[in-house]
Amino acid sequence: MSDVPETAGGAGRTASLIELRGITKVYGHGEAAVHALRGVDLSVGSGEFVAIMGPSGSGKSTAMNIMGCLDTPTVGSYHFSGYEVSRFDRDQRALLRRNYLGFVFQGYNLLARTSALDNVELPLIYQGMKASERHGLAMQALARVGLEGRETHDPSELSGGQQQRVAIARAIVGRPDVLLADEPTGNLDTERSREIMDLLTNLNKTENMTILMVTHEPDMAEYAHRIVTFVDGHVASDKRNTAMVA
Amino acid sequence: MLLETTRLAFSAILRNALRSFLTILGIIIGVAAVIAMVTVGQGSTAQVETDVSKLGSNLLMIRPGQASQGPGSAGGAYSASLTLKDVEAIEAEIPSVRAATPNSSQSMTAIFGNENHTTTVVGTDNRYLVARDWPVETGREFYDSELRAGAAACILGTTVVTELFGSSNPFGETIRIKQISCRVVGVLESKGASSFGSDEDDRILIPIRTFQRRIAGNQDVSMIYAAVRDGASTDKAKTEIERLMRERRRISPGEEDDFNVMDMKQISSMLTGITSVLTGMLSAVAAVSLLVGGIGIMNIMLVSVTERTREIGIRLAIGATESQVLFQFLVEAIVLSLIGGFLGIVFGLTLAFAGSRMLSVPFMPDAGIVALAFAFSAVVGIVFGYFPARRAARMDPIEALRHQ
Ligand SMILES: Nc1ncnc2c1ncn2[C@@H]1O[C@H](COP(=O)(O)OP(=O)(O)OP(=O)(O)O)[C@@H](O)[C@H]1O
Ligand SMILES: [Mg+2]
Repeated sequence: MSDVPETAGGAGRTASLIELRGITKVYGHGEAAVHALRGVDLSVGSGEFVAIMGPSGSGKSTAMNIMGCLDTPTVGSYHFSGYEVSRFDRDQRALLRRNYLGFVFQGYNLLARTSALDNVELPLIYQGMKASERHGLAMQALARVGLEGRETHDPSELSGGQQQRVAIARAIVGRPDVLLADEPTGNLDTERSREIMDLLTNLNKTENMTILMVTHEPDMAEYAHRIVTFVDGHVASDKRNTAMVA
Repeated sequence: MLLETTRLAFSAILRNALRSFLTILGIIIGVAAVIAMVTVGQGSTAQVETDVSKLGSNLLMIRPGQASQGPGSAGGAYSASLTLKDVEAIEAEIPSVRAATPNSSQSMTAIFGNENHTTTVVGTDNRYLVARDWPVETGREFYDSELRAGAAACILGTTVVTELFGSSNPFGETIRIKQISCRVVGVLESKGASSFGSDEDDRILIPIRTFQRRIAGNQDVSMIYAAVRDGASTDKAKTEIERLMRERRRISPGEEDDFNVMDMKQISSMLTGITSVLTGMLSAVAAVSLLVGGIGIMNIMLVSVTERTREIGIRLAIGATESQVLFQFLVEAIVLSLIGGFLGIVFGLTLAFAGSRMLSVPFMPDAGIVALAFAFSAVVGIVFGYFPARRAARMDPIEALRHQ
């Protein structure tokens, strides 16, 4: 993957890093079938900061999971950096997740009975990084989300907001090209939420990290360049954010 | 990578300390039970074999009653009993017999002063000492006059001496057995080890006529020992005794023997037969514990499948490949099995050692059984640790994460 070209068609910086075409996701069969996505088209360029909004059940998480290579679409094509990901085998997708994608889950998904530090180090272990190096990076990532002094705590000893920040630290520790965050501020108060948004903005600006973020809060969406709204499994609107905060 | 994976597996084991402990416990119980039971069983069999060989391999036992009634039966009401004349005839007419001796016995209480002790009283003669290769150590044998008259004289085994006299000198003292006041004339050499769990030295010899007249109240001899000469064939002596006895008991050709002659080989195989049945039963119990241990392992592993599936989902989501995850879980299962197996072996051998000591049988660990028990538990541990993990690792990460 290291020789993945910067762009698919050589069309410059705005060409799509992520390109969804006619993505449909159906859960179940026959009578019980649920159409979570009904033909989603979406392009995200490298370095963009996109907020995804929409009512509950509109398919936001489903789309994020597909873009994060955690799930496969029923129909449709997904190009990442010009590569057709749906033709990747399981190991190739694992490597894509490992080296290019960071994911923050709606429900955190931290390893139980495992310290914050060990949770954050986990992606680096699979990258094959040496223990000493790993340790330093994980400490940095935890500091960046404001969790100094909590490194040895287990998830059960942390508040919801703190767990969410551990999950963010874990997602960014490997410096992914794309950060996918499913409601990263869902459990935080306004002040904490702003800190997280500042962090994401900072990552986007200084490291050119592409960010896709699901949120219900218009205030938080204001930080993004672009706001995509899902309704009933479709992209209902896709607007540049004119009132950008930063 | 191997090192890193092993480290991951170890940290997973420690993280799930209770689950790990319960898994290991199942393996320990299974392995320890099998090793302990089988080892003690084999020790008992070996003990019986040495006991029998100690009795003398060239000793024949003649009893009334058909062979099919077995050596334990009293001989049955239908068959005539043996007599002292039979003893004399066997020794006189069969050249390969070195010594023949009557042996009638009964369990009775012997009393001296304030001490009393229940022991086996054997009515016999001096040929007993020859047939059993069991000389008198101190004192003397019976006088012929004592034997002929049925005098109240007795020769004691060393256990009886210790029980009744302690460290004082028994010679010339009179002990009481039932109504008989019996003078101690000799003490047998100590045989030391027990035979079939009974103490050989725990016996009193008295003249056979004394036994017949004052204890049994008849002229019967319940059993005859015949010792075969060194170098002579035991089988041949046995056939000759059978022919002689058929003649003496007037059994017409075609009729079955109403007595039986057994050699120690037969007794030995019968007794080892009994102990191998016992060993078999013990092993069955052990197999059940192994199974229970195995089911315990399965339970623990299956109960934790949801949690493990989620954990696998997380690992996959952050970039682990299927093979990395599987390798970690395999190493985890193997490490657990090895720890459990090792502890099970140590614990099982300790139990077996204590058990062997308690039953005073030799401690004979068997590498095959140790390996078998260990392999079984390890396979259960690995199968039930690994296969649910494999199923989870083949899911899409999101599917594994949603697992309920
Ligand atoms: N595993 C599944 N099996 C069946 N249906 C599912 C599954 N996952 C999601 N769905 C359905 O797909 C639809 C979209 O779900 P999704 O989780 O993407 O919504 P969302 O926009 O993220 O909602 P929320 O804002 O509440 O998180 C919903 O109707 C949901 O019930
Ligand atoms: Mg959602």
